[in-house]
Amino acid sequence: MEIKYAVTVDDLTVAYNYKPVLWDIDLAIPEGVLMAIVGPNGAGKSTLIKSILGIINPIAGSVSIYGKSYDKQRKLVAYVPQKGSVDWDFPTTALDVVKMGTYGSLGWVKRPGKAQKKAALEALEKVGMLAFKNRQISQLSGGQQQRVFLARALAQNASIYFMDEPFQGVDATTEITIINILKELRKAGKTVVVVHHDLQTVPEYFDWVTFLNVKKIATGPVKEIFNDDNLTKTYGINYKVSVQQ
Amino acid sequence: MDLQEYFNLVFTDYTLRTITIGTAILGAICGMLGSFAVLRKQSLLGDAISHASLPGIAIAFLITGTKDTNVLLLGALISGLIGAFWIRGIVKNTHLKTDTALGLILSVFFGFGMLLLTFIQKMPNANQSGLDKFLFGQAATLLIKDVWFMAIVTSICLAVLLLFWKEFKLLLFDADYAKTLGFNIKFIDALITSFIVLAIVLGLQTVGVVLMSAMLLAPAAAARQWTNSLSTMVVLAAIFGLLAGVVGTGISASQSNLSTGPVIVLVAAIFVMFSFIFSPSRGLLFRQIRFLKNRRDLKLHKTLSFMFDLVKTHENKSHPHAVQILNNFQGYTRGTLKKLEEEEYIKVQGKMWSMTEKGYQFSSNLYNQNIENE
Repeated sequence: MEIKYAVTVDDLTVAYNYKPVLWDIDLAIPEGVLMAIVGPNGAGKSTLIKSILGIINPIAGSVSIYGKSYDKQRKLVAYVPQKGSVDWDFPTTALDVVKMGTYGSLGWVKRPGKAQKKAALEALEKVGMLAFKNRQISQLSGGQQQRVFLARALAQNASIYFMDEPFQGVDATTEITIINILKELRKAGKTVVVVHHDLQTVPEYFDWVTFLNVKKIATGPVKEIFNDDNLTKTYGINYKVSVQQ
Repeated sequence: MDLQEYFNLVFTDYTLRTITIGTAILGAICGMLGSFAVLRKQSLLGDAISHASLPGIAIAFLITGTKDTNVLLLGALISGLIGAFWIRGIVKNTHLKTDTALGLILSVFFGFGMLLLTFIQKMPNANQSGLDKFLFGQAATLLIKDVWFMAIVTSICLAVLLLFWKEFKLLLFDADYAKTLGFNIKFIDALITSFIVLAIVLGLQTVGVVLMSAMLLAPAAAARQWTNSLSTMVVLAAIFGLLAGVVGTGISASQSNLSTGPVIVLVAAIFVMFSFIFSPSRGLLFRQIRFLKNRRDLKLHKTLSFMFDLVKTHENKSHPHAVQILNNFQGYTRGTLKKLEEEEYIKVQGKMWSMTEKGYQFSSNLYNQNIENE
């Protein structure tokens, strides 16, 4: 059977001030996988996601979503940025933030109405945050803020989800909530790409993995390529983790 | 004249009415747009832009030789915009951070402007006096046509704000995310920046180059203290700005020789101080009160939970215990015992105390409270 690719990246190169951050990346993400991007700090994991989403302009290379450019397919794509990328003291409520997920499909000028509110409430319920819908966002805990961000992406009702370290600084309960939602998304045929730091949980959470350290080291099914060899190549030291087969 | 007289005059005196309406509108538009500058963490951008507009005023005078306000303000607008875009350019193309770029542009443009002003002062021309009024502003020079112009710009600004409200909010909160959703953030950003520049230029005549940024920031900073909703904040900031304009004009008109701009700015600053201290959720006063109350409650709870540990070992909950038993425990004072009795958690008889049913219920739930509140 021919594999259908949700995202393909060709020869992508990104540099900040002459220093390459990503070097000649070729990557094809099959539809319906739950993929982790792993690599050391400064490996370009976030940059890779941001380049795919068009937030950063690469100096070379191209990205396509289901064979077309991102601009044409953006309604198929949802994004969960790093929690620390925004000011949580901004004067707004959890529900309002989640509603922002529907702005893309609304387009310019049009205001969110009942349908958008309903979508936002459903998304909040999925992440177990319905009770906090009117809470000022600065009064949410770190884990709750992360769940609000996830809900905002869910409200986009997309086919492909990009998440930048959704597990960073959250407690065990939130981590379980989030991973269950990700697994549900995969079950529904969605493609989920996650920048992930905890190598111990990769085999348990994900079925696909990409090793990245400026260059792409390897990409493929966790069962086949998540091994000491690739970890050592990526992290540069003799990295030993117990891989649960 | 005193304030009373002033308020009577506002309705009868044409000049005073013009000035009051002018400063009110100016305060409102500055408060509105200032909220965006504050939330974008670009508070100093306004300061840099207003200082950067000074050479524009001087050059406009040198070229045209007239002191027509509209011509001079057009010069201010152009030079303010050039300053704003240079700041952008510096931040984008060099390693310098925003604060450095702001400081650089602010002082270079202002210095150049002052140079031109002194040059103009020395020109053999009787017409040049009065340009330095733009340094600290002079509300008395406001004409009815200026006020009309302000009103029209404010209405356009309000209409654009309402139209692109959703986009503005998204940009302010999470610009990268706005970009992934397909919004042209450069356009929205340019829109906000242009309106901020416009508001600053409008205010130069009244408040002046040096103090203009306070008109943008003070009402917004005050409004942020009172609300957690963006729309309420913008409306409140507009109201604060308007009040600062009206009250400031009133004070300066009733005390002769007080210049209007600085008085308006000081009134706005009083709003800020008042808000910092007295706002219920963020203010210093209530925060301190909450802190003290929490500490007192915790002290009571500490004693109560110690008592609870004692009481629960006895079958009879209201079994009396000696007060002395508490002496080894540091959380206890005569005051806390009295307080606990007032709350009817315990009864004190002589040197003995016993726990009431209410106290038992309360203290057995003490440790569960946090979870329930969540």
